[in-house]
Amino acid sequence: MVASDLNIILPEILLALFSMAALLGAVYTSKDALARPLVWLTAAVLTLVAIWIALASPGGTGFDGMIVKDGFAQFAQVTILLSAAVVLIMGQDYMERTGLMKFEYPILITLASIGMMVMVSSGNLLTLYMGLELQSLSLYVVASLRRDNVKSTEAGLKYFVLGALSSGLLLYGISLTYGYTGTTDFAGVIAAAQDGEIPIGLLFGLVFMISGLAFKVSAAPFHMWTPDVYEGSPTPVTAFFATAPKVAAMGMFARVVHDAFGGVVGDWQQIVALLSVLSMFLGAVAAIGQRDIKRLMAYSSIAHMGYALMGLAAGTAGGVEAMLLYMAIYVVMNIGTFAFILSMSRDGVETTDIASLKQFSDKQPGKALALLVLMFSLAGIPPMLGFFAKLAVLQAAVDAGLVWLAVLGVIASVIGAFYYLRIVYFMYFGEAEDTVDGDMPAVQWVALSGAAIIMVIGIVNLFGLEGIAAAAAATLVN
Amino acid sequence: MTVLDLSFYLFAILTVTGGLMTVVSRNPVHSVLWLILTFLSTAGLFVLIGAEFVAMLLIIVYVGAVAVLFLFVVMMLDIDFAALKAEMAKYVPLAGLIGIVLLMQLVIAYGVWDVAEGVTVADGLAAIPTPPELNTTALGLVLYDQYFLMFQLSGLILLVAMIGAIALTLRHRRDVKRQNVLQQMWRDPAKAMDVHDVKPGQGL
Repeated sequence: MVASDLNIILPEILLALFSMAALLGAVYTSKDALARPLVWLTAAVLTLVAIWIALASPGGTGFDGMIVKDGFAQFAQVTILLSAAVVLIMGQDYMERTGLMKFEYPILITLASIGMMVMVSSGNLLTLYMGLELQSLSLYVVASLRRDNVKSTEAGLKYFVLGALSSGLLLYGISLTYGYTGTTDFAGVIAAAQDGEIPIGLLFGLVFMISGLAFKVSAAPFHMWTPDVYEGSPTPVTAFFATAPKVAAMGMFARVVHDAFGGVVGDWQQIVALLSVLSMFLGAVAAIGQRDIKRLMAYSSIAHMGYALMGLAAGTAGGVEAMLLYMAIYVVMNIGTFAFILSMSRDGVETTDIASLKQFSDKQPGKALALLVLMFSLAGIPPMLGFFAKLAVLQAAVDAGLVWLAVLGVIASVIGAFYYLRIVYFMYFGEAEDTVDGDMPAVQWVALSGAAIIMVIGIVNLFGLEGIAAAAAATLVN
Repeated sequence: MTVLDLSFYLFAILTVTGGLMTVVSRNPVHSVLWLILTFLSTAGLFVLIGAEFVAMLLIIVYVGAVAVLFLFVVMMLDIDFAALKAEMAKYVPLAGLIGIVLLMQLVIAYGVWDVAEGVTVADGLAAIPTPPELNTTALGLVLYDQYFLMFQLSGLILLVAMIGAIALTLRHRRDVKRQNVLQQMWRDPAKAMDVHDVKPGQGL
């Protein structure tokens, strides 16, 4: 271990030191009264680290290849940190209103972010597992942060038990991989798994690892925890779940299949394609019956993960590029939508019922219009950015010869459009009932309108994101 | 028969006896004590094959923490062990069957044991080569050098576990009477007590 190794993980070290300093500072002084400034400080630190990572040149590998800081890691880390920062600030008002503003909240989010940064930059199965556990453990805690509420505790417990199960699957896969290749290093695994012919034991390891990873990205058929956890967790935490951890899990997924098993694309391609199809259809069909917007967003995220997996299933650099692009756009759409969900209240009581949106456009046309743009974008309707995200993954799938997958994706997208459009229908044509009337703090308003504006003007050149994503993908797949 | 062989058989017999007695003894506290004996003799077996670090871990972690925890649980929880034992009697035939099957599988596995090329099997305990450095040294060198990053990350994971346990369970109750030392010291004996002259049949 030399200075250059430490230099490579300097952002992580800095964040870890910050979280520990914040923890000590808050415990020894005014505790929860400090939570509000701490949220802003944490968000500022996360943003600064994100900018630093974005501007720095890729650091290469460190710790004998255990950490890989390439362009792919950079892209994922910046997305993770920025979305974590925005979600922190966005949910602050909600946390204060519901009395959940504990100083542990921003600290746990910071620690989870460190875990996610390690996940996407791991070059070794051990590093990957450590990062994953650091992230998961922090998420289990924040899911049940509203500890006097049965649903929140249920969410935390369910997430914990099922998360432990999936970690077990992943570890089993890792141990099989280690057993059959004799190394946990990605470089070693890819050297052992070349040219399509791999031992049956290694194949089992691969399948188990993909099952564990699919659980973390909440892809069907490993999705069962998602709706309950999304519904039970405090809304800002749900917003967090729907953004940064998804990017991290997809990044980790891409790392494993390309960095470790890049030599046997055919073996995992069919599994990932199946996961993708199941997720897209389950997300589209099961969301139709939902009345709770948080549950609906859970099914929506399952469907979106299906599309992101479609990019991965292509097994090419273009596919990874499309996946990265999809995740970045997905995160922005979700931030906007959750900014709105956070402000949903009627007579001062939080509500998540879709029916309470009826005739919303009469009351607040601006917010209704922004939500309309976001819903169109989530559904993938042409003029919005969400359409181009879907187009990119479909294109990648077609280029890789998976035409059937792309066709199924389009069909699922049409089915899924129904429930997004129903929200729009409720807002503009619904019979007026008890409509939401809550005020929206400036931060949430900025997040909502900002996301909506990005969805519209982003179509010009995607903010140059395409080139960055392509460069990032090129460092992963070669 | 050398001293090494003799001690191996001693520890092995103690381990098996301890394990058996853990299951069959009537008094649960005795069970835990037998379990501790099993751990200790297993540690002895580990020392014999030169794995002194695992042996120490077994004593410190299993005997020192886990077994003592068992003892606490056994003594503090009101569990009707007699009923549990009666329940166990029902499953003895099934358990015996599974045990025999497992034993047979072990025998089969040992029967077809295949030694990889270029590997020599040590003949007896004395033939096990002594490693150039102690297990503990070797582990320490790897853990704090090659796996330094993992070690620090597991530290962070433990920190999260601690924060989580406190954030989810610590409650500051306002209605509890806490001891206030200063208040106690500054208490005025003259004001602490009133003397009332209670008339018979009247009360206060």
